[in-house]
Amino acid sequence: MNRYADPASVRELVRPDRVHRDVYVDPAVFELEMRHLWRNAWIYVGHDSQVPKTGDFYSAQIGHEPVIMVRGNDSRVRVLPNRCAHKGTKLVSAQHGKCQGGLLRCPYHGWIYRLDGTLRSVPLKGGYDEAAQAEALHGIGELTSHNYRGFVFVRLAAQGSGFQEFFGDSLTSIDNMVDRSPEGRLEVASAPLRYMHDCNWKMYVENLNDAMHPMVAHESSAGTAKKLWDSSAPAAGAPKPMVIEQFTPFVNDYEFFEKMGVKVYPNGHSYTGVNFSIHSKYSSVGEYERRMFAAYGEERAKAILAEARHNTVYYPSLTIKGAIQTIRVARPLAVDKTVIESWTFRLVGAPEEMLARTATYSRLINAPTSMVGHDDLHCYRAMQEGLSSQSSDWVSLHRNYSAAEAESIAGVYGATNEAPMRGQYRAWVDLMTRSEDVQP
Amino acid sequence: MTSAIDFVYHEARLIDEKRFDEWYELFTDDALYWMPLTRDQPIGETHTSLFYEDKLLLKVRIERLRHPNAFSQQQPSFCQHVLQQPAVVESGEQQCVLRTPFLYAEAQLDQQIVLAGVAFHHLRSHAGQWKIQMKKIELLNRESALPSIQLLL
Repeated sequence: MNRYADPASVRELVRPDRVHRDVYVDPAVFELEMRHLWRNAWIYVGHDSQVPKTGDFYSAQIGHEPVIMVRGNDSRVRVLPNRCAHKGTKLVSAQHGKCQGGLLRCPYHGWIYRLDGTLRSVPLKGGYDEAAQAEALHGIGELTSHNYRGFVFVRLAAQGSGFQEFFGDSLTSIDNMVDRSPEGRLEVASAPLRYMHDCNWKMYVENLNDAMHPMVAHESSAGTAKKLWDSSAPAAGAPKPMVIEQFTPFVNDYEFFEKMGVKVYPNGHSYTGVNFSIHSKYSSVGEYERRMFAAYGEERAKAILAEARHNTVYYPSLTIKGAIQTIRVARPLAVDKTVIESWTFRLVGAPEEMLARTATYSRLINAPTSMVGHDDLHCYRAMQEGLSSQSSDWVSLHRNYSAAEAESIAGVYGATNEAPMRGQYRAWVDLMTRSEDVQP
Repeated sequence: MTSAIDFVYHEARLIDEKRFDEWYELFTDDALYWMPLTRDQPIGETHTSLFYEDKLLLKVRIERLRHPNAFSQQQPSFCQHVLQQPAVVESGEQQCVLRTPFLYAEAQLDQQIVLAGVAFHHLRSHAGQWKIQMKKIELLNRESALPSIQLLL
């Protein structure tokens, strides 16, 4: 019996300005997250450019659910359970590939499914009498999914919030990322960086809108880069190398991070960089601007480019940086084990220089070899280990807390406010306790 | 001039002994230290790599390792290369390329990771000394979800 099986005990873990340490360290809570939160929420699976042709597939693990994202004969991208209806064998094991003959064939006993998840054939079907054929021989079914401008999400629970209802206006961050392509189209540009985090997934997600840590945690990397560049006495007007442009804003002062602003939406979503961000001052690429002006007209193009949001959290699984076209996806494996995948995107129709900026940022900041990433992960691990302490059960999320949040936490705040995290836990309780009817 | 093969052994030893300033001097000014993310990945910054570092970035890395607030190194990491004998795969008067399969272990208190791969040293002769124009490292398990790799391969 799970010690948190009673929803009332789950609610007890979250108070308006603090959370109980068990949300990060207790395997029983993690198990319930996979059973409830990870099924009730809309979870990012992949981008439709990963499966450009009929029969192309990409496989992913969503909580406990192995899934296949596949493009069907009707060109629609579907998400299917990666589980044979017979004995449960995963139908595909490669990360991506092409379904031979436009069909999914189980490698174990040869059951064959169409790309919409319906059963096509079973060898020696006569081994099942008529009643058994009706009962046992069926397709794998299609999961509830939504393709939003190329970004494919799944909701594992059969019932629940609709896609638009769940994400609401936070989708404007995806809009801005896509609109930054002169053709209004993104393409995955490379295999993902995959970084094993030995910490709870929520530490990573919370950190994305945590504006109080960069100047502390990243002093040794970004601060060193800034110091080396400043002391190298660059000639007046010498262009800053791209890596310096990308590193140095991490050690901007508290005032900068406070003033960039954070917008909090219902259901745990939020973004930092309402007014400006660490991405605002990247030098412009003339040819790119010309193509954007030509595509959208100058006024609209300028408005798109002026929006330089820092990190948008699509709670709980997806975090994006539209301004530089990278996304990071949290794939929880255990209470203290999470894979963070970083994907880079090509702005279709933009010069390659834009992709170089994207790939450089992803490598500098998000790779398992990143000096910035090392210190972030170090802090998460230190938190994971520190929270085994019984000296206190509570983790404070109190910064700039206001009792007025009880009504609604949605709004715009100074970015050092911990409101985004409080908003996440509000959603957490909701998604953990929403339904007992989550099993399809 | 040191033989190119001895040079490759020496380079690994400098990393393992954390003699990073000496190690840094082994590189030409236009050098590239590169660990691609995918197989058959073309050179260039439009592709995501694990390392794609010029001398400026290598300097940042070295200085950061010494920084008192490099928190992930408060408990220091140590590393050990085990090299197979380098093979000269291209050679000329002023330059050569060596291929060196290796094992690499990186330890930090109770944790140790072991990685395997092949290093390619593109060397150029410079005032009677070999210098590294490019070190390319092909990691065996580059598709894996990797833990932090904090030192240099």
